[in-house]
Amino acid sequence: MKYDGRFGQYGGYYVPEVLIPALEELEEAFFKYYKDEQFSNELNDLYKHYAGRPTSLYYAKQLSEYVGFKVYLKREDLCHGGAHKVNNTLGQGLLARYMGKKKIIAETGAGQHGLATAMIGALFGMEIKIFMGVTDIERQSVNVHKMKLCGAEVVGCEGGTGTLKDAINDALRYWTAHVQDTFYVFGSACGPHPYPTIVKHFQSPIGTEARQQCLEQTGKLPDMVVACVGGGSNAIGIFSGFVDDKDVKLVGVEAGGEGVEKGKHAATIVAGKVGVLHGSRSYLLQDENGQVMETESVSAGLDYSAVGPEHCYLKDIGRAEYVAANDEDVLDAFELLTKKEGIIPALESSHGLAYLVSLKGKLDSETIVVVNLSGRGDKDVSIVEKHRPV
Amino acid sequence: MKTYKELFGEIENAALIPFFVIGDPDFDTSLEIVKTAIDAGADILELGIPFSDPIADGPTIQKADIRALESGMDVHKALDFIKLIKQYKDIPIGLLMYYNLIYQYGAEKFFNDFKAAGGNSVLIADMTIDDAAETIELQKGAGLDTVFMVTPVTEQQRMEKIAAQSTGFIYTVSVLGVTGSRDSLSSSVGGLIENLKKLTDVPVCVGFGISKPEHAVSVAKAGADGVIIGSKIVSLIEVNLGDKAKILREIRDFIKEVKKSLVAGCS
Repeated sequence: MKYDGRFGQYGGYYVPEVLIPALEELEEAFFKYYKDEQFSNELNDLYKHYAGRPTSLYYAKQLSEYVGFKVYLKREDLCHGGAHKVNNTLGQGLLARYMGKKKIIAETGAGQHGLATAMIGALFGMEIKIFMGVTDIERQSVNVHKMKLCGAEVVGCEGGTGTLKDAINDALRYWTAHVQDTFYVFGSACGPHPYPTIVKHFQSPIGTEARQQCLEQTGKLPDMVVACVGGGSNAIGIFSGFVDDKDVKLVGVEAGGEGVEKGKHAATIVAGKVGVLHGSRSYLLQDENGQVMETESVSAGLDYSAVGPEHCYLKDIGRAEYVAANDEDVLDAFELLTKKEGIIPALESSHGLAYLVSLKGKLDSETIVVVNLSGRGDKDVSIVEKHRPV
Repeated sequence: MKTYKELFGEIENAALIPFFVIGDPDFDTSLEIVKTAIDAGADILELGIPFSDPIADGPTIQKADIRALESGMDVHKALDFIKLIKQYKDIPIGLLMYYNLIYQYGAEKFFNDFKAAGGNSVLIADMTIDDAAETIELQKGAGLDTVFMVTPVTEQQRMEKIAAQSTGFIYTVSVLGVTGSRDSLSSSVGGLIENLKKLTDVPVCVGFGISKPEHAVSVAKAGADGVIIGSKIVSLIEVNLGDKAKILREIRDFIKEVKKSLVAGCS
């Protein structure tokens, strides 16, 4: 490999030897094409006409009045497919095409990344296999059906609790056996190098656009940028636009589940210890022996025991702050945005909103907070209905 | 304590190296199983400490990991287990495990404690020579041999680096993919062994997918110094759960059969 893929002590590529040639090939291709004019033009064209970029930055007036400061929502929920995930799958899919790969695999938690991969499979005429935990298949059945409609095969993964971690295990296992002709479209800014770097790059339009839009609409930079963090791809995407603006506070909101103190959560940075999982060193939810713990969250997309290495680094150097939001507060925030603005947010994104609500009355009325609304909540309506019958 | 070098110097046929997950299905049964394997003719033991997320393993060994974890196996108990084996017989022991367990235990302490328990080498399934800088000196400092993997897709230059870093043996993966029994072996393994033999005097052992005596013989004939059999043996535990006598009998018979074939095959 040309680079070590480190963010401070985090990251790296802790993988079986058999995966090295594929990661080397991927690293080489990414650094060859990511600034290439033809590649960039093609990708930007797809971002614009296929994904619907730039997404808007929306001033949420009613929500702002409720919390007592100015709230702007970066509307990634308006992306094709209903979430930010398509930014990354278009980028990696195009990269796969430039590399001549026709077989694609991906893991998925909530199904958003699986769906976004299935979409580009249809678009580019590629053969797609999506690995998904059996629990997630059950709770995100609509997305499963959509993936199948796009022509993807959905492979159920049974290990552990049948969630994202198990899907990644099985996707990595499949990849080791089919490494010569298969491209693995990794969905979050974690996993082995070069994925954290690749995913951040393809999600960086969120931050670039949000920064410019905020300047255009308010004449200044936001005071705070908030995003939910599972693996951390939407968060690193929006943070990347502001990380050099030292006065902009960055806040990542993890899944507090039933409560961090109860041990049933997915708040990896808030409550984890440093470890190595899925090819990367990061904070990790694990027991005292180093066995990886199962996670719990109302949102399938944040249900992950590890987290992107760059977030761990941003935490350690004090550049970003990480907090947890509990399921009940997340459901409240889901309902609040829906009632106040007529926007149904994904439960993942509702974590950022829950943090926002926790700041109600605590910030100056001129304070500008940008929240990354990473996805829309259509997929979650039946889950919310179970918890909060209308 | 017997070194790999001594062992490979003593035996005439290819070394028979069964793999077990320590604590599968429970501590005491696992101990009896491993002792049975030693009595049946195992030359070296390859042992795994169970991990929650074994990404390099197929379903058979994943399930063994789960059984062992559910029976309460952890790193401390695994080291106790190794001491008991070494009391039974001075046989070389290599570990095949995942990095997070070592990392949480404390790498330096882990290698020292494993050496003190009588172990010979630790192959970390999710650590290649590129990241090995953070452990290799600690392993050597503890007096352990180093073992790294070579696969059918490893490039020549990298193979040279791996060979140069390996002091115990080279774990050659015969097929692409995770651990698991396969009906037939890849034909490329012969070329891989031949290639490695030109690079190093360190023994070359072959694993992944070997499930029949004839596989072992063909790998030995291709020049391997050792044959590692994992999933096939672990599956004999899985299919006979609840009947300990049968587990022991079938493992004994299988290992004896492979051993006999290896001895016959090299004469």
